Amino acid sequence: MEPATKTKKQVGLTGNSAVAYAMKQIDPDVCAAYPITPSTQIVEDFSSYYADGKVGTELITVESEHSAMSACIGAAAAGARVMTTTSSQGLALMWEMLYVASGLRLPVVMTVVNRALSAPISIQCDHSDSMGARDSGWIQIYSETVQEAYDNLFQALRVAEDARVLTPAMVCMDGFITSHAIENIALLDDSEVKDFIGEYRPKRSLLDVDNPITLGAMTLQDSYMDFKHEQSKAIAGAKAVVAEVGKEFGERFGRSYGLMECYRLEDAEAVVIVLNSAAGTTKVAIDRLRDKGTKVGLLKPRLFRPFPHEEIASALAGTKAVCVLDRADSMSGFGGPLFSEVRSALYGRKGCPPVIGRIFGLGGRDYTVEHAFGVFGELYDILEKGKVEKPFGYLKP
Amino acid sequence: MKKEKEKEEGKTVPLGGVITKAGSAADYFTGGWRKLRPVVDKGKCTNCLICWVMCPDSAVIVEDGKLVGFDLEHCKGCGICAVECPDKVKAIKMEEEAG
Repeated sequence: MEPATKTKKQVGLTGNSAVAYAMKQIDPDVCAAYPITPSTQIVEDFSSYYADGKVGTELITVESEHSAMSACIGAAAAGARVMTTTSSQGLALMWEMLYVASGLRLPVVMTVVNRALSAPISIQCDHSDSMGARDSGWIQIYSETVQEAYDNLFQALRVAEDARVLTPAMVCMDGFITSHAIENIALLDDSEVKDFIGEYRPKRSLLDVDNPITLGAMTLQDSYMDFKHEQSKAIAGAKAVVAEVGKEFGERFGRSYGLMECYRLEDAEAVVIVLNSAAGTTKVAIDRLRDKGTKVGLLKPRLFRPFPHEEIASALAGTKAVCVLDRADSMSGFGGPLFSEVRSALYGRKGCPPVIGRIFGLGGRDYTVEHAFGVFGELYDILEKGKVEKPFGYLKP
Repeated sequence: MKKEKEKEEGKTVPLGGVITKAGSAADYFTGGWRKLRPVVDKGKCTNCLICWVMCPDSAVIVEDGKLVGFDLEHCKGCGICAVECPDKVKAIKMEEEAG
């Protein structure tokens, strides 16, 4: 990805304010949301836009996140452009409805401000919320910075509503670290947003009484699997659309997006793979290590669902040791979700490098440049000794 | 050819499981679920048609304003008709299918 060089309309915003502003610019037909830390400010800001008459949105204040997603599904089934936002327990409470939105192929777009799950209770960042929803049939796009969270929202909308995809999408960013940090970002003009997202014209609507439809009918052994097969193919196909939309975004506004970001990866021996804000910290460590002549690099997946397994495996060709940092433990006993995916993507490839997995940053535990140095140190230990002693473990504090 | 293609790509199904044909529930015969069968005593029945109103499966057959029987291809045997039949009448009884 190219750096965000365009300085037009630079303004200092928190991740939450930037997302709320993006939602104001998108001006969706319906927003049903229930505020929860650390995404609360998105709902607060958007409510102000609504109260001030700055959006034409129907804002539904619901009694829970389960209701929020249910209302989003109903509105989307009626043919509306629908957006919402949540975090942590809120996403967990939406669980069963997430599958309904994706199974009915309704392009709801949701910002997830990543936060740990109870128990014990924590309001700080980790990825257990969105990672738990990784098999719910939603597209997942991760954002390192406020700028990315802002840009990703418009792109997620385009991808979700694309006739080839028609699948809901979530845009994730780190709670507090990104959601509450003020960053200087470049905003788009309202007209640029309108041109980019276009009008949403769904092919069917529950409110179209001339063409009545049934949604959510029962399927039996003869058809359920076929629906799931179609859905699986559609989300896999979203990968090409994400790349296409990211390229178009770059052509229009100067900031291109791919399926992942490769940072100083071309000739790298030791590579760290990590999502969201921790990528920024890792880049600082890489610059310092590179200054000393060490060949280190970063691969930051942007798209996690669908998982770009071929592209990631190809990007890692020629590397000698890889560490996948997961900000969520799948409690499987063998690695976090990103680790499992990356290792599986590499399996059977010629010259597959050793891959280790480390869990870090749970419940907001700090991840510093020193930690990144430690991870690269571990990778060079593996290269020296020629063997992996601990394929999976927790990062030392 | 078509079969081979189906095998490879799976069956083509409407997006999101949408049904665009109205009244297609009639194509599914829920009568097979039935354990109890409604039986009407026409000697007692007053044709108030409360059973017709309450039946969740539209399985009470009415002709010229009179109850004439039950659509046993769709009647699940839930017994709502027998319960709703007014206390002074009680013209519908549920009988064991296997009895």
